[in-house]
Amino acid sequence: MKPVKLPLFMTDVTIKIAGQAGQGMQSISYLLGKLFTRGGYYVFTSQDIMSRIRGGHNFSQIRIRDAPVYCNSAKVNVLVALDEAALTLHKDELIKDGVIIFDKEKTKFDAPGLVLFPVPLEKLAKDYGKDKIMVNTVALGALVQLTGYPVDLLYNVLKDEFSAKGMEVVNRNIASARAGYDYARNNFRRECPCKIGLKPKEPKRMLISGSEVLGVAALCSGLKFYAGYPMSPSTPIMEYLALKAKDFNIVVEQAEDEISAINMVIGAAFTGVRAMTATSGGGFALMVEGLSLAGMTETPIVIVVSQRPGPATGFPTRTEQAELQFAISAGHGEFARIVFAPGTPEQAFQLMNKAFNLADKYQVPAIILTDQHFNDSYWTVDSLDLAQITIDRYDVSNKWLNQPAYTYKRYQLTESGISPRIYPGLRNQVIYADSDEHNEEGHITESAELRKKMVEKRLKRIESIRQELASCYVYPEDNQETMLVTFGSNFGVVKEAVDILNEKKFKIGMLHLSEIFPFPRESVMAQLGFSRKIFTVENNATGQLARLLTAETRIKVTDKILKYDGRPFSVEELVDRIEMII
Amino acid sequence: MGRLIDYESKDPIAWCPGCGNFGILEAVKLALADLNLEPYQVLIVSGIGQAAKLPHYLRCNTFNGLHGRTLPVTTAAKITNHKLTVIAVSGDGDAYGEGGNHFLHALRRNIDITYLVHNNQVYGLTKGQASPTSDLGFVTKTTPLGTISAPINPLALAIMMDAGFVARGFAGEIKHLTWLIKEGIQHKGFSLIDILQPCVSFNKVNTFKWYKYRIYKVNEDPKYDPTNQNLALKKSMEWGDRIPIGIIYRSNRKSYNEQLPVIKEMPLVEQKISTDKFKKLLEEFY
Repeated sequence: MKPVKLPLFMTDVTIKIAGQAGQGMQSISYLLGKLFTRGGYYVFTSQDIMSRIRGGHNFSQIRIRDAPVYCNSAKVNVLVALDEAALTLHKDELIKDGVIIFDKEKTKFDAPGLVLFPVPLEKLAKDYGKDKIMVNTVALGALVQLTGYPVDLLYNVLKDEFSAKGMEVVNRNIASARAGYDYARNNFRRECPCKIGLKPKEPKRMLISGSEVLGVAALCSGLKFYAGYPMSPSTPIMEYLALKAKDFNIVVEQAEDEISAINMVIGAAFTGVRAMTATSGGGFALMVEGLSLAGMTETPIVIVVSQRPGPATGFPTRTEQAELQFAISAGHGEFARIVFAPGTPEQAFQLMNKAFNLADKYQVPAIILTDQHFNDSYWTVDSLDLAQITIDRYDVSNKWLNQPAYTYKRYQLTESGISPRIYPGLRNQVIYADSDEHNEEGHITESAELRKKMVEKRLKRIESIRQELASCYVYPEDNQETMLVTFGSNFGVVKEAVDILNEKKFKIGMLHLSEIFPFPRESVMAQLGFSRKIFTVENNATGQLARLLTAETRIKVTDKILKYDGRPFSVEELVDRIEMII
Repeated sequence: MGRLIDYESKDPIAWCPGCGNFGILEAVKLALADLNLEPYQVLIVSGIGQAAKLPHYLRCNTFNGLHGRTLPVTTAAKITNHKLTVIAVSGDGDAYGEGGNHFLHALRRNIDITYLVHNNQVYGLTKGQASPTSDLGFVTKTTPLGTISAPINPLALAIMMDAGFVARGFAGEIKHLTWLIKEGIQHKGFSLIDILQPCVSFNKVNTFKWYKYRIYKVNEDPKYDPTNQNLALKKSMEWGDRIPIGIIYRSNRKSYNEQLPVIKEMPLVEQKISTDKFKKLLEEFY
């Protein structure tokens, strides 16, 4: 093996793998993520998928850095083209001296200024992997050779990932990777301009997707019941939980529709366990009636709403942040709710737990608002801190064991508006929960006086919840003349744009909202009070965050940086957009 | 036998005088007392409609949810605590109209609950519109020319789906209905009891008298075998001059909750959270 010369500059490499649905782009980017994370790098991978199972054009992108990375870059260093369309569609995204690995037997292609590595991907896949589906693994082998990365690490990753499918699958993958690796070593004299060497020993880190972190956090928060109806991009959460159901003694039920799913979740929560569902905008629309039921019956539930572009079916496999106003106001009638919009795996881990705890404490529904970009992306994460996790149920069953028989009142009026909560089955007490307006026992009432008290009881907790929410996240810490206000999955891209612009001597900061509703008015007003210019950065067409910000704080937004083509911002695009209007 | 008085609720009843629901309420109380169940061991879930008010009128755990959404709540409640005796109460609109999809899927699951459907073939709470079980030609304010869509046959649907226990009762036959409810509760699987319930305010066709003349008790015939699916299906098609009541079909298909390994040992709600496994779970991502 040739000695690898480590670049003097910081490693920041973007590899794009493109081809048809079914060719395994997601699988390569995941394996690359695992490979480089284990080698001490930080990666961020994202998926650009069409709504089809075979054919079409998909790509997966992985960015590899030696510092934490949370977003895409538009500057591609290496393109792995698994079909001809990939070459024509993406060659212009490559930097000067960018590298292309493609199938030389299927495509004739030349591009001045780019470095081409034609590999007979399909032939090697058939010869060594016994199936043309192995083209992705062949390409992986070639890529590892060209970048000068140790191939043994790749073999280990393949072993770990495929061992569950049996030794035969492992061996075919290793043979395919080796074929790609050997072909590159034996046939190319030209040095590959993109090198990623092995780093000195670094602490072990995790590679985790947004969906996985939501599932893990729910399990670690004591989730016992999940019901849902498959809908992109929320489905991987359900699949992850179903995989873990046996080991963690939880029930995962595929409901007949989202209406059933949320009512099941309410039924399970009423009966005493932590319960959750996940969906996207369209499914959430069907759940809205149930959301209101949770509000009225004061049943704590958690709903993950993973946004995708609407209206209606929209772009089923793409990303958007257009359900912010929907999430904070969905449901007939007036009731309290919590909405969290995490921007990183670490935030998601902590906020899922907080959502469950606050839902139980305040007996309200809690919504975790994510999107396709968040759910389907993988991150390298230093660690997820279990010490931060608590399970606080706030049930008073023990206290009620020895109370006089049949005296429990589900909706007892209290100072805080929160009534003590027990579960059905407790000896000599019964619970009446009702979606009609009710009295303290839970029986139907028509009383004007009671109605007023019950409305106030349900709404009083909004201010208490607001007090529980953390201050908004500001970066860098000192006040800036110009502030970019954003929420959810834009965390990483805005943060990096801020770094780039500050290096160019702009005085710019980010305010990121993850604990977004009830809106943290005071903290936002304190942070934005000194800013001369305020821009929101949002993946929607109407500036929903700007509207919310103004409605809650009366702060006027200078301008909105909006993106609504179904794709996430890249850092270069965002920097350009900011520079244009600043 | 438990004491009937234990099931008394102080909540004032809001049904019309003479309503068929009174007979059903009486039968529910008798059945629970006969089975020696304490009020805290019972959960009744209902939707919205006149029928759905029933659980307020006896002492038991109650979840009075949304119109049509009775069964999803019931299903999850049973999964969460299968020690509870879980009963769902709906009307014909709630069960077969707004909740139609949930009904089909509850039949698939065969979850061990008892579903009482007060079937008066008309909408009561919204004051007299056609229902999914209204007979053809039934004239209401929303169908002034008479209903032209065929009525749903809930018994036939349930038998075709091999639901555990399929029965029809009559609100005017309290003793017989009590027996059906007890059998339904004791059956390990989904028990549908469709109950003919005259509506004194809005259904002037299918009255007490109308039903009384037509019903006959199918299980009085020793030759009738409710475990024969074909025979039961045929029986469920009888409607008009003669209407069979009683246990129409029984199946020993395993219930959903019996097949859930997670709740084999103890109810989900009583299980400790596996905190010892969290660390290992995170290690899978390294």
